[in-house]
Amino acid sequence: MTQDATSQIFSSFQDYINEEQEIREDIRSQVKDIEQTAREIQTLLQSVHQQDGIKSISTLCEKARERFGRVREQFSKLSQKVPQDQYYRFHDHWRFVSQRLTGLSAYIVYLEKEALISREDSAAMLGVKMQRGDGFHIDLDDYLMGLLQLASELSRLAVNSVTAGDYGRPVRIARFVGELDSGFRLLNLKNDSLRKRFDALKYDLKKSEEVVYDLTIRGLVPQEQKSTDKPTE
Amino acid sequence: MASPEGKQMRKRKNTDVDENSTVIKAFREFQVLLDTRHDKYERLVKLSRDVTIESKRTIFMLHRVAGNEDSESLLAQTLEKLNNIKLIKMMKISEELEGEDPYQFLRAYSPGLQEFIEAVTFYHYLHSGSLVTLQQIQDDLTFPTPHPAVENVADITAPNVKREVTVQVLIPPLEYMLGVADLTGELMRLTINSVGAGDLQLPFKVCAFMRRIHDAFLSYGNVSRELNRKMSTLRQSLHKVENACYTIQVRGSEIPKHLIADVLSGTSECSSRFQEEPCDE
Repeated sequence: MTQDATSQIFSSFQDYINEEQEIREDIRSQVKDIEQTAREIQTLLQSVHQQDGIKSISTLCEKARERFGRVREQFSKLSQKVPQDQYYRFHDHWRFVSQRLTGLSAYIVYLEKEALISREDSAAMLGVKMQRGDGFHIDLDDYLMGLLQLASELSRLAVNSVTAGDYGRPVRIARFVGELDSGFRLLNLKNDSLRKRFDALKYDLKKSEEVVYDLTIRGLVPQEQKSTDKPTE
Repeated sequence: MASPEGKQMRKRKNTDVDENSTVIKAFREFQVLLDTRHDKYERLVKLSRDVTIESKRTIFMLHRVAGNEDSESLLAQTLEKLNNIKLIKMMKISEELEGEDPYQFLRAYSPGLQEFIEAVTFYHYLHSGSLVTLQQIQDDLTFPTPHPAVENVADITAPNVKREVTVQVLIPPLEYMLGVADLTGELMRLTINSVGAGDLQLPFKVCAFMRRIHDAFLSYGNVSRELNRKMSTLRQSLHKVENACYTIQVRGSEIPKHLIADVLSGTSECSSRFQEEPCDE
């Protein structure tokens, strides 16, 4: 009798493994689709850095927003594949892509309004919930990771917008990145990947400040910027 | 900054934090959210550590059961000890996990959980000679809130509202299997000790049992890295037990009983683990 019972335990675990592998397979293929869309959006937004890209920002953002429609569809498909209350069991599969996408959504919002995307808007753009309790959501860490990616992208944009002849933007970017930096300083980060990524933020900040410096000593900063901006260190 | 109480903000000299900025406002919220989560995680790690220690002690106690004349009362004592862990520590863990995704915090409480499973399965093996099922342990760790027995335990805050909901410490099947893998290490020590105590029947029984676990694990294939690591330890333990059985079979009748243990420790490429633990010969 005990023999049977023991075999029963082991064979039911075998079933469990098989089932889990199936779910993972499903999730993996769905995540692959999302990654594809994310890459497309990223490529699209890259053209902001080109010479004439800055002028066509609004059309680019519009196009990118359209693509997010597909992201929403794909995320809703993904959320159906994840069993309820087991988000964190499979989290690793989409962690990377959701960080990338929050970064991109934040980038779009910044380009449009020069403001920080709220967690709510970010979740809405991805077609997911904001809170864990409401269903498939984006982890807070992943959202913050996305913001750090945004900072890198912006420090690059600061350099390129100077090349394109837009001298006002870098000043605003430096102020924004500075604000992000002091925001992150409020957080008590643990010694994890987020902390590591945050440690790189100071280089992005430094870069954008250097651009502002270069413009300032040459008197290239437009008047109206100077009055509103106090030097961010 | 890493410590939860390091809440003093590190303001830089030149940039005063502008509390009105929307960015800062948003980050204030994140600060609270992150701190809450980290605190919960830390509390779970602490509870898990307590469970580990208590479970280890229980396992030591169980090792004394084998060959002891008063094994029944010792077993009863360990059961009580296990119940205590369950009612005090595990109950707290389950309260921490209420309404959370247990997988989010699994890494915090997994070491304690595995040790606990090891202790429980070991107890049941000594008690009934069979493997306790996952369902049984899970049922044990599912508490109705409020738990009737809990009110007797002093340091648990009285359950505030009467709810029909149950809270539980979820045991993912993989954790259970990892605990079972740990169990085999204890079984190996049990064998060696029992030979020392003069019981020459037990090694054969344990050996068969371990083989079944081993065979089952072999068929699982590549499930997780952790399981693979435990698998190789399992194989070593099995080797030792098989060698012990071999020695008993071949030379058991030649050597006086009290010497067999010495012979065993000489032949069965005694690992560091075995030597660490003083055998009560």
